[in-house]
Amino acid sequence: MSIFKPKEQGVSPERALWLKNKKRTDALVLITKIGILAVFLILWEVCANTGIIDSFIMSSPSRIWAVIADLYTSGELFVHIGVTTYEAVMGFLWGTVLGTVIAALLWLSPFLCRVLEPYLVVLGSLPKIALGPIFIVWIGAGTKAIIVITITISLIVTIMEVLNGFMSTDEDKIKLVRTFGGNKYHIFTKVVLPSNFRTIISSLKISVSMSWVGVIVGEFLVSRAGLGYLIVYGSQVFQLDLVMANVFILGLLATFMYLFIVWIESILFKNQNE
Amino acid sequence: MSKDIVVCQNIFMKYQSADGETEAIKDISFTVKPKEFVSIIGPSGCGKSTLLSIIAGLIKPTRGKVFINGADISENKVNIGYMPQKDSLLPFRTIRQNVFLGLEIQGKKTKENMEYGDMLLKTYGLGDFMNKYPSQLSGGMRQRAALIRTLVIRPEILLLDEAFSALDYQTRLAVSNDIHSIIKKEGKTAVMVTHDISEAVSMSERIIVLTNRPAEIKSIHEPQFDEEYDVPLTRRNHEAFREHFNKVWRDIDVHI
Repeated sequence: MSIFKPKEQGVSPERALWLKNKKRTDALVLITKIGILAVFLILWEVCANTGIIDSFIMSSPSRIWAVIADLYTSGELFVHIGVTTYEAVMGFLWGTVLGTVIAALLWLSPFLCRVLEPYLVVLGSLPKIALGPIFIVWIGAGTKAIIVITITISLIVTIMEVLNGFMSTDEDKIKLVRTFGGNKYHIFTKVVLPSNFRTIISSLKISVSMSWVGVIVGEFLVSRAGLGYLIVYGSQVFQLDLVMANVFILGLLATFMYLFIVWIESILFKNQNE
Repeated sequence: MSKDIVVCQNIFMKYQSADGETEAIKDISFTVKPKEFVSIIGPSGCGKSTLLSIIAGLIKPTRGKVFINGADISENKVNIGYMPQKDSLLPFRTIRQNVFLGLEIQGKKTKENMEYGDMLLKTYGLGDFMNKYPSQLSGGMRQRAALIRTLVIRPEILLLDEAFSALDYQTRLAVSNDIHSIIKKEGKTAVMVTHDISEAVSMSERIIVLTNRPAEIKSIHEPQFDEEYDVPLTRRNHEAFREHFNKVWRDIDVHI
């Protein structure tokens, strides 16, 4: 919390100069940011149109745009976006909920924690994607299998991250609850869990990007719909426009989801800074 | 003679770990009278905080018994007001919600108790801050809120575990004075653990000096001051202060 808020009225000449410089740098950063994107898109388009690069393989911004417009008019666009988003959201929500619950159980029972540690290490090191084909055989080729793959990818990281947070809760605060005669349930609900909302949210930030990996890999393996499906389909029929259009949409979606969580974080913790 | 509120009888404490056994406390016995302010002082790491945790009933001693108001704490639940080193206010609760923490845990969040909490907050200058979060308060105010949090459960004794050592020196002088006056005004019995000799001399009626680990009682001091000097800040200005300080200082084993 800053105590010295700059007063807008009666600013000293030094401050006026500082403010002016800051404004200029901010503007420069913004212009360069947008400029890089614009130059890149224009160069790409021009090179494709003049035949410097092969637009069949490299595609071009206008062709990508046309594909997106096509998908939109045929009504397919939101179907695919919907399928993929649903799988990703289900995956990371379940991953976070399950991960937090398992972390809570491990916190409650140090015995269980010591017993399961090597298993968690092995599962954590294993590239979870290798389990994909197994889940497909077990669960069937469909949305469910994709969600399960997504959960597995974010689950172990969430458990580790949240358990770590639970374990590093301030001992003094736990002691305080015990001096009031509180038991483990009180310690967990009054101190450990609420102290770690921040940890849980930040593990959400990690698992949200991981869940996109899970969803896309899942869709590569099985599926009849979704952005991952369109990407694989596009590459099989050699329609690079379709592939790139979907990569672009995917990038936007993942960014929105991440920003959404950052936004939630900012309202949840508006009032507290430790 | 009034009945002793705290009785510690032949407390022994040994810690077990994979590396071996550590003897922390060896045969400590003492009593505390109602409304008395007793300090336990000793070299760092001597086991004085362990002793406080035993009195609070958080750790079971290897041998010995603790009675509070005549009740054996290993068999009875006693109401303890514990003040930790840092204020330990929960950052996600407002000051008022922090004050009610103990009541919630003990299932005593009644209208009457909540009003008592609000009254304490108002009496001790936190009325305007009770809906603020701890981060919005100064160190001294946070310490006061931490004290009110322990007072609101109407504890039989207060245990202060180096309660001021996390504060900077100037704040510490003012806060110890402040907390001392509140404890006296509320008529509470207090046992404070500290490693700060002048803090002990300025606040207590009795000072128990412990030896190095394993902690035993080395000596007991009763600093006497004229009545008009009997608050921590003015005690420090009294000519007898240095004398009491030196007496305690001579009894503490210091290793450099």
